[in-house]
Amino acid sequence: MECRNTIQHSNVPLFYFFTMDILIYGIVNSFSLALMAIGFTLVYGISRLPNFAHGALYVITGFGVWWFIHKLHLNYALSIILALILMGLIGAGVYRFVLIRVRGMATSEIIATYALGLAILEFLRWRGFKGMTYTLPVFIEGSIQIAGVPIDLQRIIVIGIGIVVISFMWLFTHYNKIGLALRGMAQDEHAAMMLGIDSDGMAIIAMAIGSILAGLSAIVLLPLGNIVVEAGYNVLILSIAVCIVGGLGSWGGAILAAFMIGFVQILTVRYIQSHFHMVVALLAIILTLILRPSGLFGRQKELEERV
Amino acid sequence: MAEKYEKVTNTIERRKERLDRGIKVRTEGIYAISSLEEVAYLVLPRLILIMGLLLLPAVIPSLYWKRVISITCIYALLALGFDFLANFVGLVSLGGAFYIGVGGYMAAILNKYVGLSPIITIPLATFSGAIICTLLLLPALPLRGVYFAIVTLMYPLAIARIIEALNILGGTDGILGVAGFPTRWIEQYIIILIVIFALFGLRRLVNEDIGLVFRGVKDNDQAVRASGLSITLYKSIAVFIASGLGSLGGAYLSHIYMWSGISQFALDFSIIPIAATVIGGGGTLVGPLLGCFFLVPISEFLRAFGTLRIVFYSLILMAFIMFRSEGVMVYAQRKYHQFERWVKV
Amino acid sequence: MKEEPILQILNASKSFGGVQALVDVSFEVKEGEVFGIIGPNGSGKTTLINCITGFVKMDSGKVLYRGKEITNRPPNYIANLGITRTFQIMRPYYSLPAYKNLIIPLFSPRARRKGGWRGGGKLGDRATVSIDILEEIGFERDSFVPYKLASSLPTGYLKRLELARCLALKPDIILCDEVFSGLSMSEIASMVPLIEKLQMDGITLVMIEHRLRELFRVANRVMVLNFGAKLTEGIPEEVMQDERVKEAYLGSEKLLDYTFEA
Repeated sequence: MECRNTIQHSNVPLFYFFTMDILIYGIVNSFSLALMAIGFTLVYGISRLPNFAHGALYVITGFGVWWFIHKLHLNYALSIILALILMGLIGAGVYRFVLIRVRGMATSEIIATYALGLAILEFLRWRGFKGMTYTLPVFIEGSIQIAGVPIDLQRIIVIGIGIVVISFMWLFTHYNKIGLALRGMAQDEHAAMMLGIDSDGMAIIAMAIGSILAGLSAIVLLPLGNIVVEAGYNVLILSIAVCIVGGLGSWGGAILAAFMIGFVQILTVRYIQSHFHMVVALLAIILTLILRPSGLFGRQKELEERV
Repeated sequence: MAEKYEKVTNTIERRKERLDRGIKVRTEGIYAISSLEEVAYLVLPRLILIMGLLLLPAVIPSLYWKRVISITCIYALLALGFDFLANFVGLVSLGGAFYIGVGGYMAAILNKYVGLSPIITIPLATFSGAIICTLLLLPALPLRGVYFAIVTLMYPLAIARIIEALNILGGTDGILGVAGFPTRWIEQYIIILIVIFALFGLRRLVNEDIGLVFRGVKDNDQAVRASGLSITLYKSIAVFIASGLGSLGGAYLSHIYMWSGISQFALDFSIIPIAATVIGGGGTLVGPLLGCFFLVPISEFLRAFGTLRIVFYSLILMAFIMFRSEGVMVYAQRKYHQFERWVKV
Repeated sequence: MKEEPILQILNASKSFGGVQALVDVSFEVKEGEVFGIIGPNGSGKTTLINCITGFVKMDSGKVLYRGKEITNRPPNYIANLGITRTFQIMRPYYSLPAYKNLIIPLFSPRARRKGGWRGGGKLGDRATVSIDILEEIGFERDSFVPYKLASSLPTGYLKRLELARCLALKPDIILCDEVFSGLSMSEIASMVPLIEKLQMDGITLVMIEHRLRELFRVANRVMVLNFGAKLTEGIPEEVMQDERVKEAYLGSEKLLDYTFEA
């Protein structure tokens, strides 16, 4: 959320300007939230595992790409690809070596991912990764004007990647064998197991994809600012907020919720005060839990029908 | 055919058997007071614990480390609350810092802006902090456990950022000029007494009938609802107690440092109680307490390494959860109450 | 038996995802009767109990208790009204003695209101009250059965424990989910008089059962469910003559006649 003093530079009516401004930046913010959240909701939807290390995975990817570029002197595109592959491996590894041991004990699962997330983020903080020094370059420099509203090309890329990722995930889970298996697991784990789908194997794949998605959102969003450890906690809170409002485990819900929260955030930032986005996230969670705990598209029955 | 029989006999010949020690069985009823030996078996561990806690400040010379004892006691209150909620009621409280922060700010506000002295602010902050925390956590209580974990995780992180961003309640500087304690000895010993009372009080509580209700909420909440009890009500009571303990600690902290600020929502307060419980032995109440006395001094040693100490706790925590989730005190109690032997099958 | 219905279910419907568990089920239970619900596996019997007692939200339909609507109220509210249920899959607290399993229901507002066990007054020591309840239900006090750990009790006693859990609430209605299942012949032989005793105490019983012979000994009327819909209802003899019922269960007349020996 940056200061905007470019009203003088455009020559369209003020009201129109403000509306387009909110619309465009609202869309950008919404896609950002959707990209962040989709990894979390994927893992939860498939293996009922709240991955509290999600924010940590986001930040690690950022630092990973930076390290590939600046220490190994690889080119940008290669760094990105390597980082994403690495994230997939890390995600799979986390499940295979850590989470598999605590599977089924809800308390321990929660504590394990939480502790892991903390360990990673605080380790990065200790290593001195803070401040302005670490940034990732944008993919394309420059900005354009849409309907009189200036916008960075990077932000347009966010929208583009958002659309690509969402479409890809939809196609993957509807037409690809593994994707369909994941969907089956999400709907009913026992039935899926009886059909021969290996629950742990699917969970590993889910964690891997979830981590890659977390990394992808980092790669696309971090060029807009600096790489700071705090972002890890912020991303975690925002992802959780989106997933709860949308319904834990529901992808359609997460996307819709991302748009709802995204627009409300932009509105409050423009009209009330900046720094309000955290308040919006917090209120969104509380309101959802009070009014409609299962979220927009959550599977209502899980909360009640456990007899 | 002969080979088959040989293989069949190549099975387990002996197994380990655990039996309660004679003295444990003897002390179970009224016969507990029949001889000095039996009384000692029951009373001695508790006595050692109490005496140890009370004498600790006397044997530690340095002023700095005396204060560490007080801080450890505050962590112990959080750890007791965590163990109670997680292992007796089934609610995982990922953000102990939330209770500390709420209690701390309440005490500071009551002291600085309302002008009450610590004798009044601490109980008042405890009580009002518990009410505030319970109300804020209320939306998550009728739902599955993961929601409670999420909400407790989120509150300290979000509120710290909100205080900083909106610059309310003193912003990043915090609330300064909070009154301290009248004398060093009061500051030192009141908290120790509070911890002892909290430990034995909670112990008593979980062994009472209402403790059964809490355990029912954890193990078989459908049966509890079918028996006409409101799960939300009992969870609220449990959260009230645990957040009260945390708020008490926070209020005390504000008066020790004579200051209240965002760092009271720091991650240490969230992760150390969890680590202490897992290492010390969940479900024993005394395990988490001892776990704090192990972890917090180490944390002080590690201060020089910055946030590496949090990495340290998290990794130990994960190791324990993954490999030896029993915990030290559970192991110790098992050894104390039971003996093992090999028996022929 | 009084004439006005104590429990009315009107057009109950519930589906889980694509599966229709209950399709427009309506019936009435008269006060003081033993009402049986039978049907092949998967016919929606347990879902029906879950809907009535508030564990599952119905998609549509009404539940009326003495004329008052209680549809979709929370389970503990319904239990406090006096409508209790047993669970098919019991999970008592194995590490606790039998009588401690009853402490929790004695905490409920209804148990506190209705007072002590032997006719009114304050509840007193819960342990004493729970041992009294267990004795009523057949746990021999002299053999210290109430003090035995729940893990050491055979199934027959565990089923009685479930019923005791309901009795602690001084219920008007007990919805029994397959209390006869898993019992040996001798255990069943001692369970039937218990059911009759409960009925004589004025409690209305709604019993879901698979063991038709035992059920028909105690039931006044039965209702048959099949694929979530009500097939028929009436007195047991008439219901078992119905062709549709025989078809629903097994399709073979001979086997069905074998299970029902008046």
